[in-house]
Amino acid sequence: MDLQALALTLRLAVVTTALLLVIAVPVAYWIAFSGSRLRALVEAVSTLPLLLPPTVLGFYLLVLLGPRTPFGRAWIQLTGHPLAFSFTGLVVGSVIYSFPFAVQPLVAGFSGVDTALLEQARLLGASRLRLLRAVLLPLTARSVLTAAVLCFTHTVGEFGVVLMIGGDIPGATRTLSISIYDQVQDFAYTQANRTALVLVVISVAALVLLYSRRRHGLSEARHG
Amino acid sequence: MVEGTILRADVRYGRGAFVLEARFELRSDWTVLFGPSGAGKTTLLRIVSGLIAPDRGRISLEQRVLVDTDTRLSVAPGRRGIGFVTQQAALFPHLTAQANVAFGLQSLTDDRLEARVGEMLQLFDAESLADRKPDRLSGGEKQRVALARALAPQPALLLLDEPFAALDAAARSAIAESLRASGVPVLYVSHDLADAWQMNVDAIVLEAGRIEAQGPARDVLAPYRERVLEQLGMERSVRA
Repeated sequence: MDLQALALTLRLAVVTTALLLVIAVPVAYWIAFSGSRLRALVEAVSTLPLLLPPTVLGFYLLVLLGPRTPFGRAWIQLTGHPLAFSFTGLVVGSVIYSFPFAVQPLVAGFSGVDTALLEQARLLGASRLRLLRAVLLPLTARSVLTAAVLCFTHTVGEFGVVLMIGGDIPGATRTLSISIYDQVQDFAYTQANRTALVLVVISVAALVLLYSRRRHGLSEARHG
Repeated sequence: MVEGTILRADVRYGRGAFVLEARFELRSDWTVLFGPSGAGKTTLLRIVSGLIAPDRGRISLEQRVLVDTDTRLSVAPGRRGIGFVTQQAALFPHLTAQANVAFGLQSLTDDRLEARVGEMLQLFDAESLADRKPDRLSGGEKQRVALARALAPQPALLLLDEPFAALDAAARSAIAESLRASGVPVLYVSHDLADAWQMNVDAIVLEAGRIEAQGPARDVLAPYRERVLEQLGMERSVRA
């Protein structure tokens, strides 16, 4: 069992999930409530990573983050090392790859909030930030949890994007899914089986947490 | 009794099948807005509150201009000094009654906020409900808390869109007493002509998006006298 890969995978999933929630909440708010003509375009772009093959997405990101683009060169000048084949690069790739998994549950949750409540908050002088913090987020806590669990499990299991952007550097970019690939390449099926089992347990545990919270919420609503 | 004009509005909204063209003044501290379904009563209240913008027009509240489409002025709903309560109550379900009432009082210090919330809950006889969330309140209790919440920031005008339609006469009467005690002028949408007739307040009649009449209820509602008597008769038979 590659404990270093396990630690790296969990760190990547936690950082990615935290960043995604911070980025996706305002984007989802805008999609849910904006009357802008650009809404369909933003929704389409935010959903795109769901449809693109991971290797295609990973390839484009590898090019974008590499030293041949202005962004990649600026990053190297700023930090002294390239984004590709680094943990930070993996985080960037994971954030983009899992973006739809964060945005879509949040848009669904925000859109489902009774507009009468939002209007009352406006009438009572709430700013957009307060509306989000004091009304929308508490009322859509389950959507936020769903987004967090989906991002976490999706990141834990991602392979194509990680391999394209990060390669296979132990301690830096080798995650559990890359580790399984290496073990299978080495015909170490027993080890691969153990590593795969860890991924299955993490995913099942996250989903059990999600569904138990949903059931708890339903029960509260029924007996409230 | 309020002196002078409280609200002055001259607005136009909509196109095609529905056009609202309303020009009116509120001079009384209690004005009832009548009209059949689809006349535009709720739309008018939403325009005054700021929830929707008129296509053109001007609204001023106590000399303060809230909307002037000529100068593209439109004061945000939360800065108009107008409370708005609908039949739905729309209490925040995750907050207790007292937290709901406190929602619009963010600018107050903790002591003043607590005092104001207590004062409002007391006014609507809702102190015992303070720690309850909306799912543990009856329809009438929700409306009392919603009114306390709308009045807590001391608005210059309170808009009511049939908030008592589901309540019995005794509950309506008790709430009306509390509202009068608050001293805040009220513009009140109702289908119940008998209420206005008995309370002897001002009335505005809105039909098909136009103001048909405005003035003291007994003058304005004279053409509807038969319907008033019918409603009063129905109410008496229900009470009996």
